[in-house]
Parts: sequence; structure tokens; C-alpha cells
Amino acid sequence: MSTTKSIAGQRPAPAAESSGENLLEVTGLEKHFPIRQGIVFQRQVGAVRAVDGLDFAVRAGESLGLVGESGCGKSTTGRLVTRLLEPTAGKVVFDGEDITHKPVVKMREARQNLQMIFQDPYSSLNPRHTVGTIVETPMRLNGINPPQGHKRRAQELLEIVGLNPEHYNRYPNEFSGGQRQRIGVARALALKPKLIVADEPVSALDVSIQAQVVNLLQDLQREMGIAFLFIAHDLAVVRHFSERVAVMYLGKIVEVGDRTAIYERPRHPYTHALLSSVPEVVPGSENRERIRLAGDVPSPINPPSGCRFRTRCWKAQDKCATEEPPLVRLEGNGDGHLTACHFPEEPTIASRGEDIVLDPALAALEEARRQSDTGV
Amino acid sequence: MFRYLIRRLLAAAVILVVISMVTFFIFFALPNDPALLACGKTCSPNRLLEIRHSLGLDKSLAMQYWEFFKGLFIGRNYGDQSVSIHCSAPCLGMSFQTDTPVMTTLLGAFPADLSLALGSAVIFLILGVGLGVIAAIRKGRFADKFAVGAALFGVSLQSYFVGLILMWALVDKWNLLPSPNYTSLTDDPGQWFTGLILPWVTLVVLYLALYTRLTRSSMLEVMGEDYIRTARAKGLSSRTVIFKHGLRAAITPIVTIFGMDFGALIGGSAVITESVFGINGIGKLAVDSVTNSDEPVILGTTLFAAAFIVLANVVVDLVYGLIDPRVRLS
Amino acid sequence: MALEISPQSADGSTPSSFLDVRDLRVHFPTEDGLVKSVDGVSFTLEKGKTLGIVGESGSGKSVTSLALLGLHKNSRARVSGEVWLDGQELVNLSEGEMRSLRGSKVSMIFQDPLSALHPFYSVGSQIAEAYLVHHKVSKKEARERSVEMLKRVGIPQPERRYRDYPHQFSGGMRQRAMIAMSLVCDPELLIADEPTTALDVTVQAQILDLIRDLQEEFGSAVIIITHDLGVVAEISDDILVMYGGRRVEYGTVQDVLEHQEHPYTWGLMQSMPHLSGDVTQRLNPIKGSPPSLINLPGGCAFNPRCEFRDRVPGDRCLTERPELLPVLGSDKHIAACHLDADGKAEIRGTADKAVK
Repeated sequence: MSTTKSIAGQRPAPAAESSGENLLEVTGLEKHFPIRQGIVFQRQVGAVRAVDGLDFAVRAGESLGLVGESGCGKSTTGRLVTRLLEPTAGKVVFDGEDITHKPVVKMREARQNLQMIFQDPYSSLNPRHTVGTIVETPMRLNGINPPQGHKRRAQELLEIVGLNPEHYNRYPNEFSGGQRQRIGVARALALKPKLIVADEPVSALDVSIQAQVVNLLQDLQREMGIAFLFIAHDLAVVRHFSERVAVMYLGKIVEVGDRTAIYERPRHPYTHALLSSVPEVVPGSENRERIRLAGDVPSPINPPSGCRFRTRCWKAQDKCATEEPPLVRLEGNGDGHLTACHFPEEPTIASRGEDIVLDPALAALEEARRQSDTGV
Repeated sequence: MFRYLIRRLLAAAVILVVISMVTFFIFFALPNDPALLACGKTCSPNRLLEIRHSLGLDKSLAMQYWEFFKGLFIGRNYGDQSVSIHCSAPCLGMSFQTDTPVMTTLLGAFPADLSLALGSAVIFLILGVGLGVIAAIRKGRFADKFAVGAALFGVSLQSYFVGLILMWALVDKWNLLPSPNYTSLTDDPGQWFTGLILPWVTLVVLYLALYTRLTRSSMLEVMGEDYIRTARAKGLSSRTVIFKHGLRAAITPIVTIFGMDFGALIGGSAVITESVFGINGIGKLAVDSVTNSDEPVILGTTLFAAAFIVLANVVVDLVYGLIDPRVRLS
Repeated sequence: MALEISPQSADGSTPSSFLDVRDLRVHFPTEDGLVKSVDGVSFTLEKGKTLGIVGESGSGKSVTSLALLGLHKNSRARVSGEVWLDGQELVNLSEGEMRSLRGSKVSMIFQDPLSALHPFYSVGSQIAEAYLVHHKVSKKEARERSVEMLKRVGIPQPERRYRDYPHQFSGGMRQRAMIAMSLVCDPELLIADEPTTALDVTVQAQILDLIRDLQEEFGSAVIIITHDLGVVAEISDDILVMYGGRRVEYGTVQDVLEHQEHPYTWGLMQSMPHLSGDVTQRLNPIKGSPPSLINLPGGCAFNPRCEFRDRVPGDRCLTERPELLPVLGSDKHIAACHLDADGKAEIRGTADKAVK
């Protein structure tokens, strides 16, 4: 199921160009959703600052992972990059062309090279169209006439994503969740894109099916040289799939770097907290540090001043409230490993001898237990 | 919530003004000449002009509307100083037929109208919601099929048919009830009640099916919600689960439809029932005024009905806020 | 003649465990056929211990939990088997008797706290309601108890938040309120159905630790139902792996996670990427999709997706349903697979290499 056939010859192998120039460059990207109120005339009383100043780049053929908790703006970022949403400010350059405010009608060419895969494999496919129509439509809309004809090409694509090409005439509801996600992938591939923005592509799927889709996407990246902006909340999946990872918190990138930097040598306290929260099944992961934050992510309507993580951070000081930490390379960090923190953590995820438990209820329960243990 | 109420009332006022304009221009732009109607058989051109003038028909349409609009708030005088008739605010105009203020006519028909609407609405709401709840919790079983089937049977009969059959059986044949008639509640409560039983039943038969099915589907949806499972998992009795947790949530769509139906009922939509039983409500008044081309009365009844429907909607929104804290607090 | 319900179990043995589930079956008749959501599930659980029930969608794990609460009563479902809780059999209890246990002796936390709390009632009043059903106390006392519970689960300003509605709470706070509601009557058995699936990872860690810490304090038995092996590894003592409504593997966490005996458990382990895994190694997914519960494959229900069925001679995987057999060298560990011990050891060896 997970093998990808007939990939060869689609596009030159990316190995040489993968470290090269940036395919996607995002600078100062912002998206503020206005909140309106009023009896007769609606006036803007505030804004949800979903994305609030992002800088990042995706190189050709590479996968950049975007992780963070709900409300951090990662999905909004994906929609801004693919121009499903209009940015409030900033710049999106794709393939050397500024597409930030390009009219939708002129997006056709860029769209061919910039495709999106969605989270929900049930609602993102039109139930009234056959699988063949779904996969062919992007080709027809963009006036692409493959030499072998639309139908043959669609069947090839179905085969590439591990579906039976004979199912060309079936409807989406005849497929399981994992198979539908494959149809979505085939549709995205139809235009031979250079970049696929994948927004939580596996989180609606069962564990065993998740792995099938992750493998499929990985084959596409490696063998067809397609770059990915891989948006997900599952840190282990992102680590497996992406060479570089950006961690987002309340509309900003707090730390970005290659896989090893983020997962083994993180500096930002939030990255530490995230990693330490992932429940691990592999034996031997007990000697990780244990950090338990208090409460949930604050509202992006009135984000905290200065460093946005300070309200949940154990290292926060006065400076964090007044001065926003810049996203820079800290001393001791490797190339391309940037952190936005005034008081960074040690670059390790090993246990620090003492747990950091900020949650008051947990702290109280554990304190009581410690006392009764020593009392006995 | 208060700001919300203000906003809704303002919107309601705007809607009413628009409706009054539209109806005013439609009815007064009609080709037949009300002055000619009022003039009667012994009509001379001079008399016609006089009547035109006294009715204000010689002014421009916009002026006429403005006079009408002013009359709503400060009242209005018809005719010359010598033979003037005062129509006090809120003045909806004068009937061409009877030379009485439209408002007086409407108020005369209102008690009967309200009694008919209120009585039947209370019955079909309670009965419909009750049957709907039973049908929902006994889904697929006999009680469900019976409730839905009976309700459907009721709605498929026309109200004049039901009314006439009931009259024939209960009044003429078995003499169980007096002939339906409207007696004022203050005059004789007993007669008021017995006289209205048949009209109520007729209307209930008409509306019951809708409310049964609406409640049933709404309840079925709610009873499948996670919070119902939570309520059961807490160990609550099935009565508490069904009424406190289920019906409370299921009632919201019913409130919406009920508000509109009730507004329309008061506004005269029970016209067939009124005609069958000879009750002089707003509906019958509207029909009569159309037959007589009595435009001020047509306009008055239309506005009256519109006002009640708009008002009912505002009330529905307020009730919504009481039921659902998410509406109240947003 | 009324049928006497024996206070003893079918095989005559009196259950010695706090919770003893024996051959539980939950079948739903539908137009397409009989859906065997749960088909012969047994396990035991002691007070103070946690059992993790793991499986994919449609494995029957949630249906099992609802059966323990007797929530299939008055529905189309056909429930059979025995559920012994503290010496009392629950499957044959009347709805009224079961109701007095629900929420007091056995309580439940659901997956999505936003939809599991009633949107029209304040959070506090919903907790107080759960206390009032089972206790003859005044409303004021119930209120005090609820505020106390809200405080215990870490909701700041509990007196004020008592009056707030679910939509005014954040996701994590809602799940805390749900936990407060489930613990308000000091239950002896707490069932948590995917309690953290709808939550963010940092909040998930808080909630899991909270459940664990509160369990220690209350001494209750906990069943946690999840699709996430990581969650089970973090919090459970025992694991029950379900597939197609049946048990395929059962044992302690160490037994099952370190010495998997069933290809499905291996498959789950290798489908998941780990934070310390080798990223150059491809994930090794289980092929195909979960089975239809109406027409389970013959023999071993997992056989169409199993990589190793050819290693078993004579098509036994297709024809003969494997029994749950004890694993040598362990008290509790059982698994239902036809592979012999050598075959399992060999596959486990290569599997472990892949994970590392």
C-alpha cells in the first residue's frame, strides 16, 4: 500500500537543489481578524492577532514543520501562504514572485506550483464528484493537457498515491478516511506542484492509517522533490517528517531550527515544555525532564506584552514583560537555530533532577504526597 | 443583553415603517377610486371632489403617506372645520365604508381574535410538545408511530372540513356544545369558553402535526448529544434527563416557529376558522375589507398583522436569551 | 416463575478482584446485520490501579466503557456476560439499581468536554446536580462541595467560576470541571474515555498527571480508553489491546509494551513515530483499514492486515480463531496469535530495531 510507483521521471531529483535557494519566503507576515461591535454601525473594537509577524523560508525540496498548540496561528499561516486568506501585512514570495496581494485571478500560475492538503478528508472532497473528476479538475482548470490524456493521468496519480486506478469512477463516500486523504494528495499532485502546504494531514486518521499517509508524503518529498510546509500539532510526526521545524506560540515563531536543534537542543522554555508534555511509549524515556505548565494558552485577542509566553513561563522576569525578545541565534546554537528568549534554557531535554510543576492543583497534590511519604 | 434589546427594537421599528410604506403605496396606487365608492349612488362631480378633498386624496401620494404617518403619532382630523371627524392617535385612517376610525374597528375585533389565537396556541403548544417528546423517547415504537400518524392525519384535513364536521356532530347531532360564538370573557367566562371550544379544536388540529414533528426531531437530535450521555452517567432519573436536560435544549427551534405562528395567528391567519364559526376576528375583518375595497382597513389590518409578527420575533429573541446563556452573554 | 439471578458468576467462582469483567458482549442489531461491537471481553482491575484499553476506531473500546456504566440499558443493544464490581453483578441489574451506582460508585469522563457539558446550565450547577442525586443534602451543601471540587482540580477562583457556563471555560478548564464532576461523589471506579484527545499537548500532560495524582488520593480504580499508546504508557498499570471488538493482547504495561506478543500491537508501535526514533527509518504502517464489525474476517480477525500470517502453517490464521494463551514467564500476559514463540521473538527483534 505504501509503495509509490512510477515516480521516476516526474521531476529531477532534488538532492542537489534542496540546500539551495528559498522556494517560499515569508517576511513580517500578519493576519488580524477584526472584531466588530455596535448597535447600528459596526465599529472595530479589537482584533484576533492570529498571525503576528512571521519570518520563515522553505527551501526547494525540504520540509519545514510548523508546530504549536491550538490558537498559535499555524493553520492561519498555511492559509495565508496559499492565499486562501488575505494577509494584513507582510510579504509572501513564492518561487521568486511576490504573491502577497496578487489578485486571485492572476494566481493561477502560482497555484499550480503551490497546493494544499487539508485536515478533514471527509469535508474537503465534493461528495457529488467521482474520484476521477476530483483529480482531473485542477488540470482542466489550469488548461493542462497531459500527453496521455486526463483520464490516464488521473489514473496514474491514483496509482502513485496507492489507490486502485480502477476506482476512477467511484465517489468519495466509498472510501475510508485514509483513502480519502490519498485522493486529496492525488488532487494536489495533479499540477506537479513545487510546494505542498499540508495542514494537519494525518490528525483525523487512525494511528495505523496515519503512518501510511506519512510514508506516502515522505515518498513524494524525497522522490519527486516536492517541498512541504507541514503543519501539525503532533510533535513526533513533525519530527519524523520535517528536516526543519518552527515552533509557534500565539502568532509568533518562538524557536526555529533543524530537527536535532529543536528536539535535542531546544533553548526556548516553551519548546522544552512542549517536548516534555509528549507522552512517550518507548521504554527509557523516563529520564526526560518533566515540565507541567499552568492553564491554557491565553487568548490571541489581548496577547501578553513583551514575550507572549511569559505568563506561563517559570523563568519570566520583568524584562520579559517590557521587551519582546528577538528571534536570534543564541550563543552556543548551531547555524539556523534561532530562539526568541531573554533567559534561554540549557540545550538538553534530560531530566534536571527537579520537576517544574506550575499547575497549582498538581503542585498541591504532589506536595501533599511528598509530605505523607516523608512522614511515614 | 440590554443593548441587544435596543438594537432589536430599533430594527423592528424600521421594518414596520418600511412595511407601512410598501402597503400604503401598493393599496393607494390601485386603480379603483375610493372616493367614488364612498360617494354612493347619488353622486355628483362636486360631491366627488369634496369627498376627495375630505379624504385627502387630492394630495400627492408622498403627502398622503406623510399625513398617514403623522396620524399614527398625533392623530388626525378629516374633513373641513365644519364637518370634521377627529381620529385620535394612533390613527390608522378612516374606513371608507363605515366612516369610523380603522383603529376602533381593529380594537373591536381584537378580543375575539386574541381569545382564539391564545387559547388554541396554548393547547397546540402543550399538546404538540408533549406528543413530540413521547414520540422521540419511544422512537420507532407504537407510541411514536401513533403520535406522528395522528398528527399527520390532522394536518391533512382542511380546517373548514374539521370545523364543519365537529359542528355537525357535537352541536347539531348530540347537542354537547352550544353553537360556537364569541362572547366577551368579561361578560360571561363560561360562555366565552364553551363558545370557543370548537374553533380552538379546529386550529389545534391544524397546528398539532407541525409541533409534534418539530419537537420529535429536535428532541431526537438533542437526546443523541454528549451532554445527555453525561446526564445519564451522573445517575439522573430518566425524567430529569428528558425534561431538564433534553427538552430545555430541544425547545429553542420550537420557540422560533411558535413565535412566528402566534404572531401570524393574532394577525388574522386564522381567517378560515373565523369564517367557518362566524367569529369576527382580524382575519375576517381583513377579508371583508378586501371584498369592499376598503383600503384604509386593508392597510390597517396588514400593519396590525405585521406589527404582531415583528413583535413576536423580538419576544422570541428575548426568550432565546433566557433559554441559552450563550446568546445572553455574547 | 421469575428467574432467580444467582449472586454467583456462571462458573460458580466468586470474583476476588474489585472489578471483574467476564466475557462481556455488546451486540447491536442493525438493518445490515448484527454489529458485534464488543465480543467476549474479560479483564480484572484492583482499586488504586489503572487499566488502559487501546484500539483504533471501531475496536469496541468506548462501547465497553458504556456497558460498564449500564448505559446500553433501554437501548437496542444486547448486552451479555458479567461485570462484577465489588462483589455486585451489574449486567443484570435493573435500570433503577444501576442508576444509583452511576455517578456515585462508577463515574465517567468523556472525550470532548465542550459537548459533554450541558451548554445551558452553569458548570457549578451541573457538578452540584451530580452530588445532589446521590446525597441527601441541601443545595447549599452541594454547592460548597462543588466549589471544593473545582478548587481541587485546579480551577482558579472556584466560587466565581461556579456560576460560569461551559462556553466561558477554556478547553483544559472544561476538562478539569468534567473531572471535578466525575469525582464529586468519590467514585470507586472512574472511566475516562479519551479524556485528553481534544486537548493540546501541554494541557494533556496536566490533565493526565491530575488524573493520576487524584487517583492516588482517592484510591479509585481507573480505566482509561485511548487510541494513543503513549498516554497508556504514561498512566496505566495494565493494558488491554482490542481489535474488532475482541481482546488480542492483555497484560501489564511492561509486558505488553516491551514484549509485544501480537502483530497488531507491534504494528501500532511501529506506526507511531517517537521523539527519540530514527528518522531515516520509514514508519512501518499496518496495511489496510480496520475491519467491518458485521463481517469480521474468519479465523484471526487481524489476518488480512497481518504481515506474518504466512509464517503460520496450514492457513490456521484464516480458519481458526486463535485463543488467548498465557505468555511464558509472566503471570498476567496473554495474547491471541497462532505464531509460535520463536517466530514472535524473531519478529519482535527486528521490530525493536526499527523503533530504536
